Amino acid sequence: MSQDARDAVGDYRYGFHDPENATIRFDFGLSEQVVRDISELKNEPQWMTDIRVKAFKHFIARPMPDWGNSEMLNSIDFEKVCYYLKSSKGSETDWEEVPEDIKNTFERLGIPDAEQKWLGGVTAQYESEVVYHSIREDLEEQGVVFLDMDSGLREYEDVVKQYFGSVVPYSDNKFSALNTAVWSGGSFLIIPEGVHVEMPVQAYFRINAKNMGQFERTLIIARPGSSVHYIEGCTAPTYSSDSLHSAVVELIAEEGAHIRYSTVQNWSANVYNLVTKRGVAYRNSTIEWVDGNIGSRLTMKYPAVILKEEGAHAEVISVAYSGEGQHQDAGSKVHHLAPNTSSRILAKSISKNGGRSSYRGLVKVSPKAHNCKVSVVCDALLLDEDSRSDTYPTMEVSNQSCVVEHEASVSKVSGEQLFYLMSRGHTEEEAMGMIINGFFEPFTKELPLEYASELNKLLEMEMEGSIG
Amino acid sequence: MHSLMKGILAPHLENMLTSCVLSISDLHVSVEGTVVIKGLSLEIQKGEVHAIMGRNGAGKSTLANVLMGHPDYEITQGSIHFNGTPLDELEVFERARAGMFLSFQYPQAIPGVQVGTFLRKSVQAVRKDDCPNNRELRDEMKAAMKILGVDNSFLARYVNDGFSGGEKKRLEILQMLLLKPKLAMLDETDSGLDIDALRMVADGINSISDDAACLVITHYQRLLDHVKPSHVHVMIDGRIVKEGGSELAIQVEDKGYDWLEPTNA
Ligand SMILES: Nc1ncnc2c1ncn2[C@@H]1O[C@H](COP(=O)(O)OP(=O)(O)OP(=O)(O)O)[C@@H](O)[C@H]1O
Ligand SMILES: [Mg+2]
Repeated sequence: MSQDARDAVGDYRYGFHDPENATIRFDFGLSEQVVRDISELKNEPQWMTDIRVKAFKHFIARPMPDWGNSEMLNSIDFEKVCYYLKSSKGSETDWEEVPEDIKNTFERLGIPDAEQKWLGGVTAQYESEVVYHSIREDLEEQGVVFLDMDSGLREYEDVVKQYFGSVVPYSDNKFSALNTAVWSGGSFLIIPEGVHVEMPVQAYFRINAKNMGQFERTLIIARPGSSVHYIEGCTAPTYSSDSLHSAVVELIAEEGAHIRYSTVQNWSANVYNLVTKRGVAYRNSTIEWVDGNIGSRLTMKYPAVILKEEGAHAEVISVAYSGEGQHQDAGSKVHHLAPNTSSRILAKSISKNGGRSSYRGLVKVSPKAHNCKVSVVCDALLLDEDSRSDTYPTMEVSNQSCVVEHEASVSKVSGEQLFYLMSRGHTEEEAMGMIINGFFEPFTKELPLEYASELNKLLEMEMEGSIG
Repeated sequence: MHSLMKGILAPHLENMLTSCVLSISDLHVSVEGTVVIKGLSLEIQKGEVHAIMGRNGAGKSTLANVLMGHPDYEITQGSIHFNGTPLDELEVFERARAGMFLSFQYPQAIPGVQVGTFLRKSVQAVRKDDCPNNRELRDEMKAAMKILGVDNSFLARYVNDGFSGGEKKRLEILQMLLLKPKLAMLDETDSGLDIDALRMVADGINSISDDAACLVITHYQRLLDHVKPSHVHVMIDGRIVKEGGSELAIQVEDKGYDWLEPTNA
């Protein structure tokens, strides 16, 4: 990382790190043996080991994507990554049992507090393993299952065997192959038929060590007529060497179910964030991705929905914020496979100090999908001349009855807006912060209040010292 | 008068000086290379309401903008003092915090920022010394909104985003009432208002005019029926060409501006 980039992350708020007290730490580098070792360590069934090994071979054979930011992608050194690191004995259900320094980290991040006040359940992952998980008793009594993925595999092997890789096969892309080969941690969530989880459940992902690779794997199944709001947050310390975060998330929304999956990733600027997220929506169900990308050096992430049965609906609201040295290559994919399905994509990006934001979207409407509705809106806001925004919207519509709306805009903050706000007593930085928060408002208003105000504060801090 | 004269004047004269909220002397302003204001002087005391009238393009908004500190306008000659402080020492936000307020001719939309939040943040920024607590602020807002005939749903809307002309002007006055300025400049706040709205806006101005100095830019006598100006100035081509009392506004409404052209005078 360049000195400039280091300067840029110098005031990153979550950039502190703990001493590394690893109980198990793998040497750097990736091989079939590493993959097998991870599986053995976890005492996994043979079929899982086999999938891991197949996925590893695919990862090796598969070339790096030649789109997105090739230069940054090719600078990832897979031999300088630690693929497994465990810092605790296991996953606890009481914060008091979590090792002191790890507990302190999550306290600094406000997780136990949030859990008490407004969450239905929490998992907290530190490096490769989930160190804490809990769920409210009333939800447990209703049959809601909320575990870390490793426990999920142990306790619900049949379910995992049925759905693991059914939405995102390892062969989907190079990074889904990598994740499948070395996955560890992540969430396993099942909402039984007709159960509405009113309070959001949250997973928190923290990378602490240098040159760490975090490869969590998440599977959420919402049975017919159920609903859930799942939130994930991510941070890491600021190091001058790179870390890699490559997750796979699979969602299944059965008939009439509703899944909302909200993310605010605020990785430090030395993290490569290469994530595959996809959901399958059955009859009259809804999948919503609310996806905020604030941190990381390079993010490539395109939350996707497959609208498999009639009446299914997809909603993807995303924001990207790219500062110095950052590239957010984000967007969305929706496949309309059935009649009367609808999708709405709203992507907003802000680029500043030479940062780069790209919207990359794909909407496919199959010939059999009659009377679909598609709406894609992309708005980019550039804060200065050095920053960059690109839009790559692809539409493949093979059914004439489909109604498609598409709007894209690129704008700059106008001097008149700033003057107006400053004439009301706000400094230029405050004025800029207000305009930015306003620009992201369609996104923030979808988040729980506590999350939204955190995000607003974060963005205002991003503006501090950035003008002048 | 110049602030340097402070201290060498007799105490009663000094008092007069300090009650002089705005003092402009021989102001020249250019924008984009053209001179728009060409030697303008004006003094406003606390409790006075000064009306400025003049044709389109005469330089009225330029004057308001330059007073508020718009970066596009360059003062090439002359000086402006606000409560004795040379204005060029103050940034835009400092002018606001010192008690200057401009009701814009064309208020800007800030999409995604709710009126309620914006008002609260602005009050906190400007009224640092007597900042009301949340409850007091809510009461103040209620009272101000009542004067202006707007209801609570107004607070949840985004600042000027999709507002009608009249709604924008009401929001400007609402801000003025809450920010409690020492100098209120209103640039065509009466334009495009229906009769009822005009009366409400006038009530708003009247409710602060005892404690503030007001500079009201208008094309119409209409507003001045409700807001009694102590002084009326006619501006032509970047200069004040005539000053008078409220009767001057009636004459202008009657006869237009031709008779005031320097060449016709
Ligand atoms: N930012 C600017 N850039 C270029 N020219 C400007 C700018 N602002 C004002 N002018 C010019 O200065 C002159 C005075 O404009 P100003 O807006 O002050 O007039 P006004 O008296 O307020 O008119 P109106 O009654 O139409 O509002 C006009 O010729 C206008 O075109
Ligand atoms: Mg004007």
